[in-house]
Amino acid sequence: MKKIDARGLDCPQPVIKTKKALEAEEKVITLVDNEMACSNLQKLGQKLGYETEVLTVDDDFQIEFSASGEPVTSSVTSAEFEDSADNQKKVYFINSDVLGQGKRELGEVLIKGFIYTLTELAPAPRAIIFMNSGVKLTTLNEEVIENLEILAEAGVEIISCGTCLDYYQLEDKLEVGSVSNMYTIVELLNSYPVVTV
Amino acid sequence: MGPEALSQVLRSIPVLSDERELVGLSTADDASVIKLNEKQALIQSVDFFTPVVDDPYIFGQIAAANSLSDIYAMGGEVLSAMNIVGFPSCLSTEILEKILQGGANKIKEAGAILAGGHTIEDDEPKYGLAVSGLIAPEKLVSNAAAEAGDTLVLTKPLGIGVLLTALKGGLADSEAKEQVIAEMRTLNKQATEVMQEVGVNACTDITGFGLLGHLWELVKASQVQAELELSRIPFLAGALDWAEMGLVPAGAYRNRDYLQGEVSFAAGVAEAEQDLLFDPQTSGGLLISVPDKKTERLLDKLQQAGVNKATAIGRIVAGGPAIKVK
Repeated sequence: MKKIDARGLDCPQPVIKTKKALEAEEKVITLVDNEMACSNLQKLGQKLGYETEVLTVDDDFQIEFSASGEPVTSSVTSAEFEDSADNQKKVYFINSDVLGQGKRELGEVLIKGFIYTLTELAPAPRAIIFMNSGVKLTTLNEEVIENLEILAEAGVEIISCGTCLDYYQLEDKLEVGSVSNMYTIVELLNSYPVVTV
Repeated sequence: MGPEALSQVLRSIPVLSDERELVGLSTADDASVIKLNEKQALIQSVDFFTPVVDDPYIFGQIAAANSLSDIYAMGGEVLSAMNIVGFPSCLSTEILEKILQGGANKIKEAGAILAGGHTIEDDEPKYGLAVSGLIAPEKLVSNAAAEAGDTLVLTKPLGIGVLLTALKGGLADSEAKEQVIAEMRTLNKQATEVMQEVGVNACTDITGFGLLGHLWELVKASQVQAELELSRIPFLAGALDWAEMGLVPAGAYRNRDYLQGEVSFAAGVAEAEQDLLFDPQTSGGLLISVPDKKTERLLDKLQQAGVNKATAIGRIVAGGPAIKVK
């Protein structure tokens, strides 16, 4: 899924950007700041055979395009779009349940401290992605989960790799954030500065 | 600016009536017409805008053709034109040269005198003309004399605004580009000459307010109703497709808002088709209201004069101002 912040852009840029995004993605959400752009995007959706749903967010319009007709995720907050406008925010890529390569005991302490410190960070990360044994942090590690919940509330996207949850048989134990696939994860890593932990 | 905002502003400007003035602000016509003597009236108009295409020479041609059109819409002959230019100091003066050359090319084609001009420094290039034309008062073709029974003839296809939007978005191909440029830089000179030869009741040119916006001014000034047949209205190739895709310029929405409640569409008229009827045109064609019995002659002669896309698109009927599209 791709989110486009097209506020402040002149016609026809919102349509062009959305059209290009729809060529690569099944689901696209575009945010615009005027009714004309909103109407034009609805026309685009109709022309290309997408279901569109319009939500008003503050004074802006959020148009969701989905190929299948099912609505795209629940609601995307305005804050998330601001993130996409501010591409400087970082994505943290966590691929282990411990931090670093030494003693496991130390690694567990360090990862807890690391996640806690992220809650104190400004600006908050764009997203935190958990892969491989990293998914144990979003399912089993209560202290980490507590801090991840604080981050999620602040608008940070918490993403766990679905294949990894499957592998560790944790698919029904996810405590925070959402499950996602390799495509979305790689796209996020490709779109923002990444910090690998 | 949009028609609604403009009429709001104009309401606050005092209208000083003068018996020498044959056409003034009150009927929202294309140009001012002032009677000089029994044989001559002076037509004046001014129009300029920012570039609609990248090529400066072609932009000059388009802006000039658009400005000159206001004289033609009154049935007049162009006497003289003066350049109005806004130009950034950071751009090469070669660009300005090309814009003015393009304009001069059209002024020459119109048979007019290029009488001078004025240039100011501006953030972005702007170009257009202040034009003067002459007409015998009894030959004047205003937008206020359409009569029930007239046929409405449109001389250029619609969709210029939508195509320019598609071009801006990088979606239109070179063929579409050529097509829209060809329409925009074509003078309405031949059309007006034929119209005068045949004799018609009313005329306006189609520019920023779109077909429906300018037709509305005509039916309001003439106190008549218009019925348009959608299937007969010519659109530029690709325009409908791009309108359906949402490449509809903001001006089309403003025009639609302004005419809220004045235009009724039959059930079969799709939204994209409506958008094209509201689409703002740059240097669009003439909309001519011609007595029914002269329609065939007008269309034949337009064809012969090279105005080969001219089409009868509807008719005028009696009644208070309204437009129906079926």
